[in-house]
Order: sequence, then structure tokens, then C-alpha cells
Amino acid sequence: MDLRFTADQRDFRDEVRTWLAENIPAEPLPPMDTPEGFEAHRGWERILFDAGWSVVNWPEAYGGREVGLVEWLLFEEEYYRSGAPGRVNTNGITLLGPTLFAYGTPEQHERFMRPMAAGDEIWAQGWSEPDSGSDLASISTRAIRDGDDFVLNGQKTWCSRGAWADWMFCIVRTDPDSERHRGLSYLLVPADSPGLERRPVGRLDGEPAFAELFFSDCRVPAVNLLGEEGQGWSVAMATTSSERGLNLRAPGRFLAAAGRLADLYRRASAEHDVDPGVLDQVVRAWMAADAYRWQTYATASRLQAGGELGASASMMKVFWSELDVELHATALRLLGSHGELVADAPEAVDAGSWMSGYLFALSGPIYAGTNEIQRNIIAERVLGLPRK
Amino acid sequence: MQFSFTDDQVMFAETVRDILANECPPSAVRASWEDPDGRVPGLWETLAATGVLGVAAPEAHGGLDMSTLDLVLPLEEFGYAACPEPVAEHAAVAIPLLSGHAAGPVADEWLGRAAEGTALLTAGSPTDAFVLAAERADLALLCADDEVHAVPAGSYTAVAQASVDHARRLARVDWTRGPDTLLSDDPAVVREVLDRGALAAAAQAVGVGRRLLDLTVAYVAEREQFGRPVGVNQAVKHHCSNVAIALEFAGPSVHKAAWSCAQGEGPEGGDPSLDVSTAKVLASDAVDLACRAALQCHGAIGYTIEHDLQLWLKRGWALSASWGDAAFHRRRVGEALAAG
Ligand SMILES: Cc1cc2nc3c(=O)[nH]c(=O)nc-3n(C[C@H](O)[C@H](O)[C@H](O)COP(=O)(O)OP(=O)(O)OC[C@H]3O[C@@H](n4cnc5c(N)ncnc54)[C@H](O)[C@@H]3O)c2cc1C
Repeated sequence: MDLRFTADQRDFRDEVRTWLAENIPAEPLPPMDTPEGFEAHRGWERILFDAGWSVVNWPEAYGGREVGLVEWLLFEEEYYRSGAPGRVNTNGITLLGPTLFAYGTPEQHERFMRPMAAGDEIWAQGWSEPDSGSDLASISTRAIRDGDDFVLNGQKTWCSRGAWADWMFCIVRTDPDSERHRGLSYLLVPADSPGLERRPVGRLDGEPAFAELFFSDCRVPAVNLLGEEGQGWSVAMATTSSERGLNLRAPGRFLAAAGRLADLYRRASAEHDVDPGVLDQVVRAWMAADAYRWQTYATASRLQAGGELGASASMMKVFWSELDVELHATALRLLGSHGELVADAPEAVDAGSWMSGYLFALSGPIYAGTNEIQRNIIAERVLGLPRK
Repeated sequence: MQFSFTDDQVMFAETVRDILANECPPSAVRASWEDPDGRVPGLWETLAATGVLGVAAPEAHGGLDMSTLDLVLPLEEFGYAACPEPVAEHAAVAIPLLSGHAAGPVADEWLGRAAEGTALLTAGSPTDAFVLAAERADLALLCADDEVHAVPAGSYTAVAQASVDHARRLARVDWTRGPDTLLSDDPAVVREVLDRGALAAAAQAVGVGRRLLDLTVAYVAEREQFGRPVGVNQAVKHHCSNVAIALEFAGPSVHKAAWSCAQGEGPEGGDPSLDVSTAKVLASDAVDLACRAALQCHGAIGYTIEHDLQLWLKRGWALSASWGDAAFHRRRVGEALAAG
């Protein structure tokens, strides 16, 4: 065991830090989930890509640097510490990306990876339906083969950034007589497909960050199938492991937030008396972020030695999502009356970012499989408790 | 960055685990409750033969000259078995403290015998009122203000204080400070006593938590109500999952603290005491949760003195509270965070 970063890893980290310090936009970008904010964030993805920072752990052929897991974790730590803009193509790069590498054909790799890395094609996840949330296997959007195309009919919902994304990765039912997990396929759908209509839906913060997708006789070329027809469920499960575990939410995000929380505490206690109970909560949040960090490095070592993430990704998902809620709730307590102020308020602290962070954190226990579902998975697949 | 144990470290822990499974089953823990000294006959000698008691003693004194990092996995096993012998205080606190700070004659007098197990050492936490195994120990490390003393048995009196966990033989220790027993008057050494003890308690607490979870998972998969195992019910499952999550994150935190203590500084140059405090908080909180969940999922059978669950419940409560409870260690980190 050696918990120090190697000289190469430290050099890499310094390089990331320096580049970010020199290149982060001076003015914050407009909110990501608005039309102009979306395009501004796309522009930032291009800057990252041109400098080789958008997908550091990907092969060089697609714009990456082929760094290892530890370097990627370090990159994330630096990225969030620097306060750089949010990543508008996270769903593509961290959810679809690994699935495409694992299941895509060489032609699909050539076609999709580079534009994804460059922000030229921004991806949204089209899985949930009005009647199928936690019970994903019950989805009913159909895709019936017709010549070289699939013809889609049905509705998707809660599609994050789906209103402006260029492509959707969808799970659809290709065998109309099938039930549950069988007969599903994983299909890559261009946003401009005729017969696809998109309607933005306001999220809790009011931004039109969700979209509903309506498919009516929407034709999608069959070459856009990812994996085999009918194998959509197993392909999708590869994505969920990325989504729950370290790919989507590396510890860097929470470490940075915990650091900012400690700073907020120091500012608040310099101004007025802070209840010792609140410091206790600050410490809890800080320790949870630290524990997540080291559990992740331990996991990285396990993976590098040939281990698998598997269902333990569910433990990570519950842990990061709940720590994020507690962390932001603590910040709001520290802020007192200022906690409820949003960006526009003249006296808003840190531009209202703690409230917007809180609103976002609250969705963590819901998306990527609710925490109730994760706890079922942990009990059944990690601990081996009986299903029935 | 390489966050995993060596094969040797893992094998050493497995050896300890096997010994404890054979020589320290629940029946032996139970029998220790009735033993005048709270002992498991023969166990100490077997452990001495593996070298685990003297892991941290210098080779010159018959030890293995290894570090906290080599002890942390075995310590988890002592918790997993609810081992009544005070291995942590002896091997993980007193021996390294004497090795690091005792003057030649004191080290010569004690370390060899401690490493081979013929002398029993114990240590009192600056946070706690009572000292484990003080009545039968040959030498106790005791803290007073900024001083640490190594006090031989004849120089203190011990008044037994019965613990809810009868395997833990606690005592109020009375002694008088004097130049003969002074080990160090450096407050950093008092902190070292606390850090080593808290880390050892944290590692054992993780082991206790794992055993509680294993016992509970096995029980709820077997116990039937309404014609099916109680473990199919989601409320029961979620209790178990919560414990699994808490332990999953406490483990690496404890291992990281062990590494930092062995190095004398954190991975990025931080204060190892803060790593220890974080580990103790995670471990104490995890074992507290494990105790609550395990008892609840067992129902009334877990509330009996006949069922073995109680051996780990009581050990869990004691380890969670001793060597600084979660609130104490959060405060220690809080002061550092507040200072910036
Ligand atoms: C911010 C945000 C972004 C999202 N982005 C996307 C996206 O980009 N693409 C996409 O496809 N989806 C997205 N989702 C949808 C998300 O995947 C679903 O919300 C989630 O799967 C839960 O489904 P549901 O909302 O229908 O809740 P339901 O499944 O209706 O659940 C309601 C409640 O019942 C509980 N429950 C349900 N079943 C069980 C069970 N078996 N055991 C115990 N409890 C149960 C749930 O835990 C929850 O508390 C997003 C959601 C949010 C909040």
C-alpha cells in the first residue's frame, strides 16, 4: 500500500490545475439548462477537447490521453476544485461512452466517439417513461423493424437536457410480444429524426432541464442499434453500473463542495456565532466526502487488479447522493435567512449557489435508480438476501 | 497510489482469523465472562506464537518490527471474533509506544517479554475513565495532562468496574506520577497514545460490525414469518443495506488512517490524527448502526442473554464509545476545519 500519488500523477495533476487556472471562463456561463447556456457549455466542451482534457481516460484516437483510473480521479478532483463550468455532455461521456466502447461495433466507435468527446454531439438518456420509472423493464415504447429502419412509437420522459441534445440513447421494445427484460433493444436516436417531438419540462428550479420525447412513426436506421437486437437489457445494465458508481459522480465533486462548505463555515463564524451543532454537521459532510474519496481509490486499486465493480456501485450511489443532500442542507443552515435567496437577490451569498446546489442534490436519491431500489439491490446482490 | 494490502498482510489476517475461529468461538467468549480474569485459556499463547502480539516490537526484542498497517487487518479479526483478550491495548498501543519512546532499560525490561506474550501490557485512553485489563496487566501506560507514564503493576491500584460486556475487564486505576515512571512529557506522545488506541478501536469496531451484519443476514434469510423468510421484506433488507454501506465506507477510512499513522503523515502531508479521528467516527457510527439494525432484525431472540448476538452488541457499544466517541473525534476534526 502506498497512498501517495506518484511523481507522474502529481505532474499530471499540476498540468490539469495550471491549464484550468488559465482557461476557465472569466465570467460564469449562463445556466446550462437554458438554450443559450446549453450552447455556451457546448463551446466549453470544444475548448476542453481541443486541449485534450474532455475525455482524459479515452484512447488518443478519440481525443483522450489514455490515462489510468487514478489520473482520471485526479482530473475530476482538480476540475471541481477549480470551479470550472458543468459538463453538458456527461450523459454521453460517462454513461453512453463506456457502453459504446464495450458493445459498439468498430464503425460505431469511428462514427460516435470523437464527436461525443468534442461536444459536437451532445447526448441525452431516453429510458424513463410516464409509466416506467423504477420498473424500467416495463417500458412500452416500441421500435418495430421495417426494412433498414426501426419505427418508433411511444413516449419517454425526464430526459435530462433532452430538449437541446443532438442524440438520445434509448431503450425500446423491439419485440412487441415480449415482456419485461426480454425483447428490449438499445437504440441510438438522432434528435432530428422525423416523427420525434420534444417538449421541455421545468425542473424543480424552474429551468427547462427535462424533456418529454414523443415518438410517432419515427424512423431510426437499424445500424444505430447498440448491441444485438433483443439484448438491450444487458447493454443497459452496463450503463447503470457506470451511472451509479464512480463514473458519473467521481469524489472530486463532493470533495470540492465539502471544501467550500468548510470555507463557508469559516466565513459565517467570523461574522456571527454559529451553533456548535452546525459545525458538527459540517464535519459530518466533510468526513463523508473524505470517506467517499478513499473508498473510491480503494475501489480503483481493486479494479486495476482485475476486480469488478458490480453491485457495489449501488453502495457508492446511495453514499454520494445522501452525502450531497446533507452537505447542502448544512450549508443552508449556515446561511440562515440567506439560505433561501436565489442568484437574483442582491444579498445572495455565493450567487445563490448553495440553494441551487441543494435543489440539484435532492434529485440524487431519485435519478440513476432511486436509493430504495439501490438498497434492494445491495440486500439481494451484495448480501444475498432472498428475493421472494 | 496503490490502495491495497500485500498478500502477506492478507494472509497474516487470515491466520489470525482461523485461530480465532478455532480457539475463540462464541462459546469461548461466553466462557470468558465466567473466568476470573476474563480469559480464553490457551489463546494468548497461540497468538503469541504467530507473532501478532509483537508485530510492532523491534526485532532486537523478538518482535516483527512492523507497523500499524500490518496490524489493522488482524485487529478487524479480533473484533469479528469478539475476542476477550486485550490484544489491541497490548500490541497496537503499549508496545509501539514503548518501542518509540522508552529509554533503553525500560524497553529492555518490557519489550521482549511483551512480544513473546509473557508480560501483559495495557494502556489507558486520555479520553476514558477506566483502563482495560489493568488488574492483570504487568505494566500500564497511563496519561496525565501532557505526560505519559509506564507504570508497573505494583505501582498502581485497580478497582474493578463491571462492564455490560463482561469480557471487558475495566478498572479505575489510581497511581501517583513520579520521575521513575515518566515515559514522555511531550503532548505529541499523549496524542500518539490516543491515535493508536482510537485506530485500534476503530478497526475492531469494523470487525464487530461485519460480524453483526453476517449474523443478521444469516438469521433473516432463515427465520420465517407469514410463510416466508423475514429477509424478503424490504424494511428488513434496507436495515441490512444501510449497515453494509456504512461498513463499506468505514473500512477504507480505517485503512487509510493506519497507513498515515505508519508513515507519520497523511498521503498528502496532512496530520495523521485527523485521519484517525475520521476513521473512528466512521467506524463508531457504522458499528452503532449495526448494533441497532442487528437487534431489530433479530426480534426478541436477539434480546436474550442466550443468543450470541449480545456478545457483539455489547462489544460494539463499548468500542464505539471508548478511545473517544464519534462526537469527540468530530470535534477534533471540527477544530481543525474551523481553523482552516
Ligand atoms: C434530476 C433527474 C434527472 C433525470 N434524468 C433522466 C434522464 O436523463 N433519462 C431518463 O431516462 N430518466 C431520467 N430521470 C428519471 C429517473 O430515472 C426516475 O425518476 C427514476 O428511475 C425513478 O422513477 P420514477 O420517478 O418514476 O419514480 P417511481 O418509480 O414511481 O418511484 C416513486 C417512489 O416509489 C419508490 N419505489 C418504486 N419501486 C419501488 C420498489 N420496488 N421498492 C421500493 N421502493 C420503490 C421509489 O423509490 C420512489 O421513492 C431523471 C430523474 C431526475 C429526478
